[in-house]
Amino acid sequence: MSITVNKREVEWVKDETVQELLKRMKYSFPLVIVKINNEVISRKKYSETIIPKDATVDVIHMISGG
Amino acid sequence: MGSMVKKTMKKGAVKAQQVRSQLQQYTIGIAGLGGLGSNVAVSLVRAGIGGLVLVDFDRVDESNLNRQHYFLSHLGQKKTDALTSILKSINPRCTITTYDTKLTPGSMDKSFHSVDVIIEALDDAAMKTAFIEEIQQKLPHTPLVSASGVSGYGHIDRIQIKKMGTLTIVYDPDAKDVEDDILVAPRVNLIAQWQTNIAIEVLLGEHQ
Repeated sequence: MSITVNKREVEWVKDETVQELLKRMKYSFPLVIVKINNEVISRKKYSETIIPKDATVDVIHMISGG
Repeated sequence: MGSMVKKTMKKGAVKAQQVRSQLQQYTIGIAGLGGLGSNVAVSLVRAGIGGLVLVDFDRVDESNLNRQHYFLSHLGQKKTDALTSILKSINPRCTITTYDTKLTPGSMDKSFHSVDVIIEALDDAAMKTAFIEEIQQKLPHTPLVSASGVSGYGHIDRIQIKKMGTLTIVYDPDAKDVEDDILVAPRVNLIAQWQTNIAIEVLLGEHQ
């Protein structure tokens, strides 16, 4: 069983939250946009949102400047 | 030979007219009128966009002139006013609505309910993140074009397009935060124009 994170296939872990996935992927950026199957997950819900099986996850880190 | 050239030009002119009259029907909202937003607005007006909704609370400062589309004569003016006068001097028929206000979490969507595409052109990463989250939740069907990683110069080949449903981000994952790098006109403007180009593709139904 797997999920896709930023186009990379990684193992699906049962009951893993967004927060845990970010940690597992070693994404340490302070500000990110996370989309699961094209739906934005709000930061407040990272610790309670479970990654579903076969999910496509996008993690974009937001950098200051404009 | 002469007639062939003439024919080709005619075809081009017809297409140009078609694109302009299509763009004429649409309105684009721009959040932030700095290095990204001011340059996006100028380009959209030149391309023939029908309307713009411009949101920024700031005034023009001398430090802005290294990359933002303002002039010395605008110093101290509200960015919404300065930019409106520039845009009107390019195309007075573009309908411009301005909000001289700071975007605050909880009501960030307020000015953008009647636009066809939203451009995220904010500078602070925390604000960018909050804006994308809120707009995608409250206006999930409105295409949103964002940018992340504009600082520095060179490294054009690092810039990529991340398309995720209605959200598209022009993105350089290896760019530094502005705290650790500089903002220079060509790269900021390049990313602004990339955002503009995507917005036009979206409006003309060609963005894949």
